[in-house]
Amino acid sequence: MSLISIQGLTKAYPGVVANKNVSFDIGRGEIHALLGENGAGKSTLVKAIYGLVKPDSGTMTLEGEPFTPAEPRAARAAGVAMVFQHFSLFDAMNVAENISLGMENPPPQNEIAEQVRKVSHQYGLPLDPDMIVGDLSAGERQRVEIIRCLLQSPKLLIMDEPTSVLTPQEVEILFQTLRKLAAEGTSILYISHKLEEIRALCDHATVLRLGQVVGECDPKTTSAREMAEMMVGMVLHVPARREKPLGDVALTLTNLTAPAPHQFGTALRGVTLEVRKGEIFGIGGVAGNGQDEMVAALSGEMRTQTDMVKIAGQPAGHLAPNARRAIGLCAAPEERNGHAAIPDMSLIENTALTATTRKNLANNGFVQWDKARDFAKEIIRTFDVRTPSERSTAGSLSGGNLQKFVIGREIMQDPDVLVVNQPTWGVDASAAAAIRQALLDLAAQGAAVVVISQDLDELMEVSDRFAALNDGKLSAPRDAATLTIEEIGLMLGGAHDLEVAQ
Amino acid sequence: MIQLEKRPEPSRAWAFATPLLAVLLTMLFGGMLFALLGKNPVETIRTIFLDPLFSEFAWYYRPQLLVKGAPLVLIAIGLSFGFRAGIWNIGAEGQYIVGAICGAGVGLAFYPMDLRLIFPLMVIAGAIGGTLWAMIPGLLRVKFGTNEILVSLMLVYVAEQLLASMALGTMRNPDGMGFPGSRNLAQYPSAANLELIAGSGMHWGVVAAFIAVIFAYITLSRHIFGFQVRLSGQGPRAAVFAGVNPNRMILICLGISGALAGMAGLFEVAGPAGQISIDFNVGYGFTAIIVAFLGRLHPIGILLAGGLMALTYIGGEIAQSNLGLPGAAIQLLQGMLLFFLLAVDLLTNYRIKFKTGEAV
Repeated sequence: MSLISIQGLTKAYPGVVANKNVSFDIGRGEIHALLGENGAGKSTLVKAIYGLVKPDSGTMTLEGEPFTPAEPRAARAAGVAMVFQHFSLFDAMNVAENISLGMENPPPQNEIAEQVRKVSHQYGLPLDPDMIVGDLSAGERQRVEIIRCLLQSPKLLIMDEPTSVLTPQEVEILFQTLRKLAAEGTSILYISHKLEEIRALCDHATVLRLGQVVGECDPKTTSAREMAEMMVGMVLHVPARREKPLGDVALTLTNLTAPAPHQFGTALRGVTLEVRKGEIFGIGGVAGNGQDEMVAALSGEMRTQTDMVKIAGQPAGHLAPNARRAIGLCAAPEERNGHAAIPDMSLIENTALTATTRKNLANNGFVQWDKARDFAKEIIRTFDVRTPSERSTAGSLSGGNLQKFVIGREIMQDPDVLVVNQPTWGVDASAAAAIRQALLDLAAQGAAVVVISQDLDELMEVSDRFAALNDGKLSAPRDAATLTIEEIGLMLGGAHDLEVAQ
Repeated sequence: MIQLEKRPEPSRAWAFATPLLAVLLTMLFGGMLFALLGKNPVETIRTIFLDPLFSEFAWYYRPQLLVKGAPLVLIAIGLSFGFRAGIWNIGAEGQYIVGAICGAGVGLAFYPMDLRLIFPLMVIAGAIGGTLWAMIPGLLRVKFGTNEILVSLMLVYVAEQLLASMALGTMRNPDGMGFPGSRNLAQYPSAANLELIAGSGMHWGVVAAFIAVIFAYITLSRHIFGFQVRLSGQGPRAAVFAGVNPNRMILICLGISGALAGMAGLFEVAGPAGQISIDFNVGYGFTAIIVAFLGRLHPIGILLAGGLMALTYIGGEIAQSNLGLPGAAIQLLQGMLLFFLLAVDLLTNYRIKFKTGEAV
């Protein structure tokens, strides 16, 4: 008998139907995958189950009883728990305090600490309840969220893209925990677009496309390619790499060292690397190991000693962002909303955000908005950004389209050095493929490209050389073609505990 | 059940309509308030909003509109740069006072010389005085990370003490028979900020306010600096990425608002007020904050809002003398205006949905 059954669930937002007549069942103790691209309606569906969204029509039954949670509290009371992709934790508090904040009637701190120790030991998720959350790695933070859920002894645990911040070893620990939970009878709804993970973990998969169920399968017996094509609804394009000779050194970092810019930032410790023209240098690492600081030190948002950064041999550590753009370095930070782009501003204004220097969009200090508009249109056309008009606000674009715009904006400035952080984070498969292809093409045209990412598959697909960033230190670069995923995992893992569940 | 639903993009129509709606709501609720005070609401509202423009004494009130509106607009334009960039200068009143003191000081120092250069020098001194006063919260913020809201506000009270000390001591009129207050600059032709056309209310401060509106409009819509101001306010991280130096932005924005507030103070002390006196400041610096927001931090909007605010000042005075309305009721009305504006602002970003039944 199934634990939860969803029948004909429909939810429409103005202008878009997020879920259309979605039906599926999750059995007791089953690990059920919900598979789909960004915007396929996965989030809306789980929000309905978790009581965050009220469906327009359709029914849900939990253990045979009608289930209509009006708010997350009701869903939790009924035994549904959820671990979100973005953590809701307070950096300045310790683990036990964070957990008690999410409870209705929290018991005393020491009792919670005791429970945390017990549960974390039981499920092989080592966690010290007295640690300050700001000092934890992303994987450990996720454990806090998971344990917060496990303390409620849920019947159904929803996990939204849980592995995007984990090292391969941490993923293995998580999977063992989830398998153990399932064996004890907890059902798990596992949301992801990473097909190999789903094949390794899940018993059953429901595939969503454009809000509708387009297929179900047993992931253990279905190939990743078949699932991907079900998910995208077309044959996928694999980025093509062109062989090219390497040119001169375009970017040199020499013992790049900088203190942490804020309390929970990471200090950079002696990062040294050389990137040649035509080369793509991949930097992997778990979030919070200095990626943001590295991008800031390269883009010029954070200044360092003059000789630590050299662009085309020219010392640039002291230069401001626009001065670096002038000598050929463009960057695209990870956070689209509020960093790489401003959500409330139009795409034209967001074009002027970084392109003013290299595209001469200002004349005597006056912005030439028609030139900015023309360049914005060019970006939209070349990178197939889906938007009603260049006057639309950046915030009205989907994540994938905005990311195409941001990457396109930098690439079309024809930089000699391009630095990108998480270029395809939260981007659908076809947009991700387009972005990776654009990076490969840029390198083929003779630019030096630094790709910082937590997605190892992506790094393997595009990089010529690879190094891992760990606690602000960069490992020795390796030739990407000869690396195995296990070796990379060890390069990344370093400081993080690699205990495996019993 | 009433539900709010976020609009995919802010509504342009509502952005224009909300100030008008706020004025109407203020009239409605203000009228109710006046009715509770035992006044005829229609007559009171008419007195406040229409009499200054259309009554038989309008020939006297209309110039007053310019006299009262100019400092409000001038200060609010300066504040709007900082407010757009997320830099909260609440102490324009203090910068206004210090600007007046510095400008008047230059004028008094030259007394009784007859030189056309004196008035321009006074304007410059006023702007410099206001700027320096605004640099105190600015530098403290940049160097030590203090909160500019608190520092600039507290400096208002320091400036008031400074004003009192000037009026009673340093700048007291030597021929004033011991009364507090400086010489009357309006009676010293080289230093006076007189009406440019007799009976029009148009003095140099009004001209400066109009120039400031045009200057701000062009800067904000066309110039790279205006763009950087908007970037800093809407996405501080993105602004740094775009090459804005946040510390420089803080100092420039505080400098602009200080300079304009200081100039407004000088135009007032050399013209309508005439002299440095203990009660020289009447809260223009604070009211300008309302004007800036009422005008949605847009130069043209600020111009209109300054006019509206001046109207309620003048209309309020008429209502006080003719209808015996308490002064506090007028202040309440002005507060209501800002309150309703901020409240109906919601409609720009959200739409209201009325739902009858519960959806399943």
